[in-house]
Amino acid sequence: MTTAVTPSLSSPVASLSSRTVRAGLLVLLILAVGLAFVAKGYQLFQATMVVAYAIALVGLNMLTGYNGQISLGHGAFFALGAYVTGILMEHASVPYWATVPAAGVVCLLIGYLFGRPALKLEGLYLALATFALGVAMPQLLKYKHLEAWTGGVQGIVLMKPDAPWGLPLTQDQWVYLFSLAVAVVMFWIAHNLLQSGTGRAMRAIRDHAMAAEAMGVDNRHYKSMTFGVSAAFTGVGGALSAIAVQFVSPDSFTLFLSISLLVGIVVGGVGTLWGALYGALFIMFVPNLAEKVSKAAPWAVYGVVLILLMFAMPGGVVGLLRKLQAWWAGRQA
Amino acid sequence: MTHLLEVRDLHARYGNTKVLHGLNLDVAQGQVTALLGANGAGKTTTLRALCQLMVQTTGSISLDGVALNSRNTEQIARLGVGHVPDGRGTFMALTTEENLRLGAFSRSSRAGLAEDMDKVYAYFPRLRERASQQAGTLSGGEQQMLAIGRALMGRPRLLLLDEPSFGLAPLVVKDIFAIMRRINQEEKVSILLVEQNAKLALDIADTAYLLETGRVVLQGSSADMRSNDAVRRAYLGE
Amino acid sequence: MNELLHQTLSGLATGGIYASVALALVMIYQATHHINFAQGEMAMFSTFLAWMLLDAGLPYWGAFALTVVLSFVLAAAIEFAVIRPMHKAPELSVVVVFIGLLVIFHSLAGWLFGYTIKTFPSPFAANAWYGSQLMSAHEVGAIFVALVMVALLFSFFRFTPLGLAMRAAAQNANSSRLVGISVGRMLMLGWGLAGAIGAVAGMMVAPVVFLDPNMMTGVLLYAFAGALIGGIDNPVGAVLGGFIVGVLENLMGSYVVGTELKLSVALVLIVGVLIVRPSGLLGKKIVTRV
Repeated sequence: MTTAVTPSLSSPVASLSSRTVRAGLLVLLILAVGLAFVAKGYQLFQATMVVAYAIALVGLNMLTGYNGQISLGHGAFFALGAYVTGILMEHASVPYWATVPAAGVVCLLIGYLFGRPALKLEGLYLALATFALGVAMPQLLKYKHLEAWTGGVQGIVLMKPDAPWGLPLTQDQWVYLFSLAVAVVMFWIAHNLLQSGTGRAMRAIRDHAMAAEAMGVDNRHYKSMTFGVSAAFTGVGGALSAIAVQFVSPDSFTLFLSISLLVGIVVGGVGTLWGALYGALFIMFVPNLAEKVSKAAPWAVYGVVLILLMFAMPGGVVGLLRKLQAWWAGRQA
Repeated sequence: MTHLLEVRDLHARYGNTKVLHGLNLDVAQGQVTALLGANGAGKTTTLRALCQLMVQTTGSISLDGVALNSRNTEQIARLGVGHVPDGRGTFMALTTEENLRLGAFSRSSRAGLAEDMDKVYAYFPRLRERASQQAGTLSGGEQQMLAIGRALMGRPRLLLLDEPSFGLAPLVVKDIFAIMRRINQEEKVSILLVEQNAKLALDIADTAYLLETGRVVLQGSSADMRSNDAVRRAYLGE
Repeated sequence: MNELLHQTLSGLATGGIYASVALALVMIYQATHHINFAQGEMAMFSTFLAWMLLDAGLPYWGAFALTVVLSFVLAAAIEFAVIRPMHKAPELSVVVVFIGLLVIFHSLAGWLFGYTIKTFPSPFAANAWYGSQLMSAHEVGAIFVALVMVALLFSFFRFTPLGLAMRAAAQNANSSRLVGISVGRMLMLGWGLAGAIGAVAGMMVAPVVFLDPNMMTGVLLYAFAGALIGGIDNPVGAVLGGFIVGVLENLMGSYVVGTELKLSVALVLIVGVLIVRPSGLLGKKIVTRV
């Protein structure tokens, strides 16, 4: 009797060198692009938001799943990225597509700077520090003295971009495809980063910080760098969301967003790239579904769903799929 | 001679991995019984099975006629089984004295608590010096003493010791084993001792069992075991 | 000068509330090594239960006592039915369960009791001898209640065998079982106590800020900060932390940044403290030999 090899939850993503995985990804990409021509305006907007959230969740996953740190305030970076886009487009007339990498760079810097001192804290204490960040950001954005830049409580209204080069696409279709392209690039960067030496260093720190340090991994630098990169990804997601929504305001980026992002990675599967996609779908659609179930107490339904999901699949969707895969492989043996 | 502990046809598994295959074991009242065997033979599993800790078992385990296999760990502890686990199981963040107090939790009456603490300190004077120190800062030998002391505080009828010599310097081990012999003789506590170090174990044991891959392959008085050729070659290095 | 004193004392009053909730957080943390993010909402829900009992005609202290008992039972039941099944799950999944609880309690309260603000009585007479210009009778009473609770809890954990057993069960479940401690019962007890403490905290804050489902949302954050700043494993530290946070918040709000930014600044200061003293002001540094 042979025992099936159970894939460990710590291994990042199926190796891209596998032919079936490559083929599967290509099919997925084609379907995703095809969606632009099948779905209507509002649905395309929702799809764009899913893409934006997915990128943001990859960022949070990098921090929490691969590096073992926790953030209850990543909504702040989502907000930061969105506002970079808003401010650059409004005050500097920067074209929308250039604001996306700008958002990434700004968030990378701020994330690194925040990470450097904050990462002296561990576990709960780090959770509080990031919690503080998540709470502080909307207040900062409303702050009177920054109003000239941020637009204060009213925020900034943005223009939706048209498709370039006269392509026969609606604005919604173009924004969706643009976001999709950005997502492909970001996922590719994430995959390479995680497979590289940097990724191994990050996982080493997660699994046994003291041993990693003893082996020569500069914990403080790597941890801060991870925080910065994770913030950058989330910021890019935020930037895309701003372009899609055409509007940034402080009340869109409350603590609730940070909590949703955390819920997203756990439901999707902590420490996995695919989990980001499942998580994004969850946080986009489940609240709406909950409202359909109960008008009076939709969030109670949402809470119950969360708890039941955690009972049924504590490892998230990816965890469940892996268990099924192992069970299936075991049966074939 | 009455048997305090009687184990019949004990099978034990962790999840899907079966470790013990039909063990039969007796510990006589007032005696020291050694459980010997190499790494992975199932010695620790046997002790855990007796306490219904972390393993699923079938078969019968009875302490002085009372069935243990139908009870949970805390109930078994309250029946008078003191288990000194492998790795000591110290409450690291609590003080030495708090660790000892916890040992007395299973007792039905608080009477004599102070006297029992004094008795433990008499066996292990080093612990008295470190009474208000955080237990996690104690050395390996001191933590082993603390673990034994904690088990003693429960006024056990049966003391289960899992590899007390593990990771300790020879002189410290000598001390601890001498104290264990005293405990057996002075407190009249029956002892089931799991040890990889066969020589040490046979020195203080009255009877011994040899375990290999979850089965008893040899048993007898410690004198018999010591003179057995196979044992001498494989486990005593002679 | 008088103004500064007034603001400080006012801060102490709100600090008392934070201290009480922080105490509940530390309670559950000591028992289970988890932070109950739903603590605030559970306290709010308990206060609504009390309001319902008062509305039905019970005298204050009767409703108070019954609410405390019901909250104890409810919290213990939640530990048994919702948290215990997750004991083998990864940490973050448990956090999500807490978030689920938070959301459920909040939503249920709104649905069952409505979102309109309700008044809630104080057991401390407005013209009692201990009230004054600087601090109202209720504020003094609330602080007193917080201090009594912490004294009781501290003694419980430090000096009673049951309290020691609870701490042990949280640290090392297996070793605890080996000395005869029923770990499951300890967990339920810890949660029950936290539920009871939360109910008291809610009933102390409701007379001041009025009762509605959003009553405790901000409080939880301050309580969390207070618990950490005082040392998460220390009931006295939690209460001290709560008071500090209360005073800090008030002073920041009045003198430095105004109400908009006071939350952020207070939190930044707290985080600053933690960076300098990572285990909190009174927390013990737990040394582990590698």
